[in-house]
Amino acid sequence: MSDAFIELRDIRKEFAGVVALDDISLTIRAGEIHCLAGENGSGKSTVIKVMSGVYQPDGGSILIDGQPVSRLTPISAIGHGVQVIYQDFSLFGNLTVAENLAMNVHLREKRSLMDWRRTRAIAAEAVERLKVDLDLDAEVGRLPTAGKQLVAIARALMSDARLIIMDEPTTALTRKEVETLFRIVHDIQSRGIAILFVSHKMREMLEISERMTVIRNGRKVAEGPTGDFDEASITRHMTGTDILNEPYVWSPPAGAEPPPPRLEIRDLAVPGRFEGLSLAIRPGEIVGLSGLLGSGRTEVALTLFGMLPGYRGEVRVDGAPVTLRTTHDAIEAGIAYVPEDRLTEGLFLAQSINRNMLATSYERLAPRLVIDRHRADAMTSGMIKSMQIATPTGEKPVIELSGGNQQRVVLARWLLTDARVLILNGPTVGVDVGSKAEIHRKIRELAVRHGLAVVMISDDVLELVQNCNRIVLMHRGRFVDEVETAATTEEQVSDMLKTFT
Amino acid sequence: MTWLRRSEVVIAGILVLAMIVIGLVNPAFWQLDNLFSLLRSNVIIGIMALGVLLVLISGGIDVSFPAFAVAAMYLTVKGMLYLGYDGVALPFLTAAVMGLLFGSLNAFFVYKFRMIPLIVTLGTGAMVRGFLLGVVGTSMININKMPPALIDFARTDVLSFTKADGTTYGLTAMVLIYLGLALAMHLVLRYTMIGRSVYALGGDAEAARRAGFDLRKTIFFVYCTAGALAGFAGLLHSGMIWLANPRDFVGLELDVIAAVVLGGASIFGGRGTVLGTMLGVFMLVMVKNSLIIMKVDTTWQRVVVGIIIIIATAVTAWRDRRRQA
Amino acid sequence: MKYQMDFRSLLNRDNNIVQLIVMTILIFAVMAALSPDKFLRYYNFESITYIFPELGLLSIAMMIAMLTGGIDLSVVGIANLSGILAGVVFHRLAGDTGIADAPFQVVLLGGVVAIGTGVVAGALNGFLVTRAGIIPILATLGTGQVFTGLAIVLTGGPALVGFPEAWAFLGNGKVFGLATPFVLFIVIAAIIAFVLSRTTFGINLMLIGTNPKAALFAGLKRERMIFYSYMLTGVLASVAGIILSGRTNAAKSDYGTSYLLQAVLIAVLGGTNPAGGKGTVLGISIAVVALMLLASGFQILRFSNHLIDFIWGAFLLLVIAINAFKNRTR
Repeated sequence: MSDAFIELRDIRKEFAGVVALDDISLTIRAGEIHCLAGENGSGKSTVIKVMSGVYQPDGGSILIDGQPVSRLTPISAIGHGVQVIYQDFSLFGNLTVAENLAMNVHLREKRSLMDWRRTRAIAAEAVERLKVDLDLDAEVGRLPTAGKQLVAIARALMSDARLIIMDEPTTALTRKEVETLFRIVHDIQSRGIAILFVSHKMREMLEISERMTVIRNGRKVAEGPTGDFDEASITRHMTGTDILNEPYVWSPPAGAEPPPPRLEIRDLAVPGRFEGLSLAIRPGEIVGLSGLLGSGRTEVALTLFGMLPGYRGEVRVDGAPVTLRTTHDAIEAGIAYVPEDRLTEGLFLAQSINRNMLATSYERLAPRLVIDRHRADAMTSGMIKSMQIATPTGEKPVIELSGGNQQRVVLARWLLTDARVLILNGPTVGVDVGSKAEIHRKIRELAVRHGLAVVMISDDVLELVQNCNRIVLMHRGRFVDEVETAATTEEQVSDMLKTFT
Repeated sequence: MTWLRRSEVVIAGILVLAMIVIGLVNPAFWQLDNLFSLLRSNVIIGIMALGVLLVLISGGIDVSFPAFAVAAMYLTVKGMLYLGYDGVALPFLTAAVMGLLFGSLNAFFVYKFRMIPLIVTLGTGAMVRGFLLGVVGTSMININKMPPALIDFARTDVLSFTKADGTTYGLTAMVLIYLGLALAMHLVLRYTMIGRSVYALGGDAEAARRAGFDLRKTIFFVYCTAGALAGFAGLLHSGMIWLANPRDFVGLELDVIAAVVLGGASIFGGRGTVLGTMLGVFMLVMVKNSLIIMKVDTTWQRVVVGIIIIIATAVTAWRDRRRQA
Repeated sequence: MKYQMDFRSLLNRDNNIVQLIVMTILIFAVMAALSPDKFLRYYNFESITYIFPELGLLSIAMMIAMLTGGIDLSVVGIANLSGILAGVVFHRLAGDTGIADAPFQVVLLGGVVAIGTGVVAGALNGFLVTRAGIIPILATLGTGQVFTGLAIVLTGGPALVGFPEAWAFLGNGKVFGLATPFVLFIVIAAIIAFVLSRTTFGINLMLIGTNPKAALFAGLKRERMIFYSYMLTGVLASVAGIILSGRTNAAKSDYGTSYLLQAVLIAVLGGTNPAGGKGTVLGISIAVVALMLLASGFQILRFSNHLIDFIWGAFLLLVIAINAFKNRTR
């Protein structure tokens, strides 16, 4: 078990003068399950690309089976038995499972003809090896995410792999599917194949791996048997700071009559997604919505933002019933939504900061067709200042900002619309540690100052525990529990989530 | 019952329905000579459609092939006249190679500069046609001058009958060439790795690159084959109508693309079959030709083709959305 | 060395207006050098101001369709159909005064019919793209066939000749000593430029083209805006049709077929991103003038129209190559 399969020694990689990997060393032993942990942007994907020959390192050396490899290319990496399962799986949705599985074999053998019988045989064997049930004639595009992942794993296994790198493999899986995945990972390991599990989800890493390496800002910061780590220490290594734990406390304002809830939902249901949801959020409250992927939490957010118009039940904002048929209805009602994927859903990357901030406000700025530029300028420059967006000018394309600043631009967009209800889906995904804390501070500040009702959805339980005054747990389309964060810990919430299958 | 959901079956069903309707309006539709002439009209559009099918599967689009076809045809016939050569095989080879070279121009720009194929092929099409008319000439070569070998070749019938009034009619052997090319295309698409690479490219270009496909080879194969088929079809066309007209095929790209889309190929790439394309071609040609039988003024042809494109694509879009939901 | 660096940064700067102006001057200089006596005559430039506006308007129309990542292949069909429908109105209603002296009301009606054609045709495109979910290439390919087909049906093939004098004024008259089409172009281009940069509609188009998904999450009325953009495209095409029929005193189903390629070329050359989100009226205007200078220069050099088509095509490919090169060095 102790012989190294692949060894990176002092690997250095720069992009246009920016150091992505700073003398990283990493050893993966034959047949071990190794975790590579790090925040988004820490250099994890660069490490993967160096190992799979996509990037050529600018310094350092790579050893496979103790022998130095002079120049690793994608082809030679595969030849050495290194297989990568990308997050998007790299499958052909328009082709069948069988063809997807056999394609690489045909390509490797440099065939010029397509032998369908052999294709089926190869595929059948691959599926057999994985001990899973897959319809070989199904079109891959129609499989659920977990099915696609199985195809990708089966394909990787076929090529006499010695190391399979899995890039964030659990992102889109339900807990049950994650368990199936882990069973398969152990099964693969039992055949002497090493696995590099790349992730930022601590609980899963601790559960699956034997050894782990933590990187931060392109540097290795910790390494050792998984038993030596716990969640707190991994977090500390990943973020470089001890997270200060000052939970968000909210108390109803003193006085006789409490104000009506900012947001109130009664018996909200979307057939097949969720049902019977009731919740009231008062001004200034930050309520976490936690649940596994597929629990219906994103659907709740989309319903409130008018994107699932077929809902049943009642939604009230400040006591007044609202109908949410379109996103426009939601915005009119004062409901704002910050989507999960900032880059593809939140921002107009090539456009200026100003335009990104004003996107939703233009209609209000142009009562008589022409946009009131003075007001627009006043609004954007005010926002840049109050949100502390680091830029000399609002005309700069938003693509040039850092992740944290970009997220502030999205928040600013909604603040300009006088939103009263703010729904945040993964508010700090892909944001570096320093900005993360600042964004959290900003959200709290906004909730208090503007009396917003905030719904925060996140995979990161710690984030919820620290920033919400209460957390609603969701499972299979229902609210199953609710906890006050002042009286609970991350552990407890995570343990509760763990019981959901 | 999965075969019932296949798009070819749906198209074939609509086709049969359309034939029954047209036959009811005018029973002359079912007369053998009408059916033969219908098949004859399939040949040129059909051969070009095979090339366009390839391009669409790869995720591209091609509007330059009519220009390539006419240039290959006209240059070949001119060359034959200049050299006094009168044969069949060599000219067809020449026309196909010429089309192939034009096609490689498309491939080069699409691959090298990663530019939207529509814009590239608009440019190459205009260049080739402009060159042909501006440099080579604009005069038609009519039956008096056309190389007799070409005409004789294109006149070959596989079946011929004599009508009661003494006139003869037959089924042109060119249909066999079309069927042969279609079969070859089907085999290439289904049973060769280069054919599968076209589907892979159209399905997910990035995944195809990662899997280790040589995308340059695939893109060149796609556009060169489309060009070669167009060049071949162009020369065949001139033999069949006894005329080499350098202004021919204007606007034909719309008909051919319509036929291929009608045949179930996806404009987003990754989907399409030879059988579906042949059915789509047949449908389009039949509707156009039957307008005459149905006593509709021929000036309505383009309107009808346009409406067919719109309906076919609307149905496809609707189906795709349902598939996603 | 320093000089070279400056040149690079000039090339790479986001606005390619400078680059376009340099190109225009180069074309001008080369053509002037090749045939100074003919190219530099006042008459030559005056005739350009008559000919380019129709193409310029079609190119702006194309740019607007491209802003949302679409394309409009039916613009020429719309232009011709508009001219023909107006012509049909004149031929029906001219009465005993004769077409040339048709009363003002009739001319106005013709104008309304022509613009109305653009509105309806654009609305049809917009409907097919936003409601029926057909991708713009195919939708406008199909409607282009329908519009051209209707034009053939209406004329039966040959050109519809003879338009009122007031109509012809729009195509070849003079206002303040300038060509009417030129004045029309300037006014319309200014309005469109204003609409694109200073109204909700214009900025929404840019945002939608940049990222349609983000537009949805930002609560923009995506479908409605795209629908309007195709209507605007249709209207611009019909104005081009009015100018074309006024200038030539005729309308025909296959006039200006090479305009389609040229409009795409000018849009791309003028800095429009065919994938959406970027494009300016100023860029289009300079590009159309540059290419018109090029075409007129070649005409003076006795190149045939076909050869000029060849040059347009080659130019489009060259622009693609240059843009690719620029993006690579960035």
